[in-house]
Amino acid sequence: MKNPVIRVEGLGKRYWLGQNTAPYETLRDSIARLGSVFCRQPAQAARGEFWALRDVGFEIERGDTVALVGRNGAGKSTLLKILSRITAPTSGRVELHGRVGSLLEVGTGFHPELTGRENIFLNGAILGMRRREIARSFDQIVAFSGVEAFVDTPVKRYSSGMHTRLAFAVAAHLETEILLVDEVLAVGDAEFQKKCLGKMQDVAHEGRTVIFVSHNMSACAQLCRSAVALQNGQVWLTGNVHEVIKKYLIEVSASSPTAVHAQLALLRPDPALRVLDIRVFQLGNDNRANFFTHLPFEIEMTYEVKVVERNLRVGFDLIANDGALLFRAFDDDMQRHERRLGVFTSRCQVPGNLLMPGDYVVSPSIGIDPDRWIVHKDVSIGVQLMQIDGVNMTYMDTYRRPGYLMPELAWNVVPRG
Amino acid sequence: MKLHDVPRQLRTACEPRKTGPEMATVITPSAGNAPGLSDMWEQRELLYYLVLRDISVRYKQTSLGLAWAFLQPLLPAIVFTVFFGKLANLPSDGMPYALFSYAGLLPWTFFSSSVSQASLSLVNSTSLFTKVYFPRVFIPLASIVTAGFDAIVSSVVLVGLMLYYHTPLSANIVFLPLVVAIAAAFTIGSGTFLSASAIRYRDVRYIIPFMIQMLLFLCPVAYPASIVPEKWRLVWALNPMVAAVEGFRWSVLGTPLDVRTMGVGAVGAAVVLVAGVKYFQKVESTFADIA
Repeated sequence: MKNPVIRVEGLGKRYWLGQNTAPYETLRDSIARLGSVFCRQPAQAARGEFWALRDVGFEIERGDTVALVGRNGAGKSTLLKILSRITAPTSGRVELHGRVGSLLEVGTGFHPELTGRENIFLNGAILGMRRREIARSFDQIVAFSGVEAFVDTPVKRYSSGMHTRLAFAVAAHLETEILLVDEVLAVGDAEFQKKCLGKMQDVAHEGRTVIFVSHNMSACAQLCRSAVALQNGQVWLTGNVHEVIKKYLIEVSASSPTAVHAQLALLRPDPALRVLDIRVFQLGNDNRANFFTHLPFEIEMTYEVKVVERNLRVGFDLIANDGALLFRAFDDDMQRHERRLGVFTSRCQVPGNLLMPGDYVVSPSIGIDPDRWIVHKDVSIGVQLMQIDGVNMTYMDTYRRPGYLMPELAWNVVPRG
Repeated sequence: MKLHDVPRQLRTACEPRKTGPEMATVITPSAGNAPGLSDMWEQRELLYYLVLRDISVRYKQTSLGLAWAFLQPLLPAIVFTVFFGKLANLPSDGMPYALFSYAGLLPWTFFSSSVSQASLSLVNSTSLFTKVYFPRVFIPLASIVTAGFDAIVSSVVLVGLMLYYHTPLSANIVFLPLVVAIAAAFTIGSGTFLSASAIRYRDVRYIIPFMIQMLLFLCPVAYPASIVPEKWRLVWALNPMVAAVEGFRWSVLGTPLDVRTMGVGAVGAAVVLVAGVKYFQKVESTFADIA
């Protein structure tokens, strides 16, 4: 690359695990440690080390938009924290050409007692904007957030939606040469999310360098030109966004039962529910990962209910291989189910003659509405559909049709007159 | 006062600096993320907004608002006058005791509220500096500048007392900036040191009130320097607040001053300032990891 705006070389970040993971140290600990110097006790004997990032290196060209993808714990957030100078690396070196703005969390530093107007200036200053810049884009910020009528009202009187919209609006108007964005699009309602995505696209088109972290692969694909995939704290893939996402989705989606169980084992334990098994299969087809488009396939989730929750929703997302979320479905979409304590199975049939041939990911979404997700974006199961029969059969060999779906619809062709 | 009203001086001074591709930021483990002076200058407006936030929030949250600025030194001054002045009959360098103690409490209150606010300021803003990068030293500095603003407001009462007791302003007032510099250096040094240590050692929260109370009696706030035995005077003056309090009264009211205390105090304040800021810079890069 001729003109890298970000150059990362051999970057590493080590955290200590074990006994001394207390968030802070007390004076007593330090005095005790001082004592141990004289007693020749190894002070760090019980500590283990953990490299959140290890030997990470890449270059990003000016004006590029880069998606940073990876599973939870792959090191994405640590990398962003180092690039935005929130935390220092343990080894390696980063060279940044230009001002860096980071949107790691929107609304940082908002004070509830201050008015919207005052918070725009305060938050802007915290994010590194100069007063002139804020004043210049003040009207745009207010218009974008849609809180015009409340700009002189203390923020504590805002609804949470207004709060996030205003916070995002400030952050979105950062005018730095390099912009780091972490999952902030996951705020607000669908309409506002669309607006945010549009804004990020504008930023990308202005020729500024953007690093975008998201689990939303279709947002990544829409916004970015290239991608860096991290795995276990190391760079796994770099290159064109579509290629990286495709390989990444295949890599992260497990289809064998053991791989699914490995993913389930990593779930955070939840007091209300434990997932025992998740299976995706096609009746009348022994092949576990290769399904036929013309036959329905089944998704079966077995779980133990440990606390009776009226609003427990068990469902899944179906994701295409470019990251597009095709749909999300829940077992109570049509009616509620009474669930007492014990083991239950929610089974769903995805009809045949619905999807195009290709790679898909089934990602279970289980949660208690509106309180929390129990499983969400944590488990991905790969599904490959191939066509031997059904819709489009007539032209199967000669014509690959566009779109995600090829549903079987009721056509009626009759002679007129 | 509105948060978005930037004074004119600042407005003309904040023309954007050229930040082109030739300006590279290099992040390495040793350079870490401690900001240099140029970073601080670049983001100086943030300090201004943090101070305005502190002032206007207090204004909105409390019913007495700005009145707290002078009530803080005024209430103890009344207590001191009754107990130390009238009942214990402590000397006051020939000044009316109320005026004498208020003139001591004004710089003292600046120091004590600066240090108690600043020391916990960082711990209370972990959600800020673990999410965004900016010169973190601004957080304790903002508490100190806010206390400085209070001190200026509360000097109105001092002027009132001087008029009431017909006490003329001393010609020593020209040396006031020197006294303020000593007080500010010591306060900034201890404020940054304590705020950074509070991140690591939460014990600081409990030590501060105790320490401030002890220090109050070690400072010539309620009594004049003259009652301290001659041979102990220089050791006593190692606490730079001795020079700040004595110096303040000397420059405003013209009370006697031992110049050696000023010298010792100035050196002490400079040492604390350098040590505090250096310590802050040293541990700053680990804040986000241990907070």
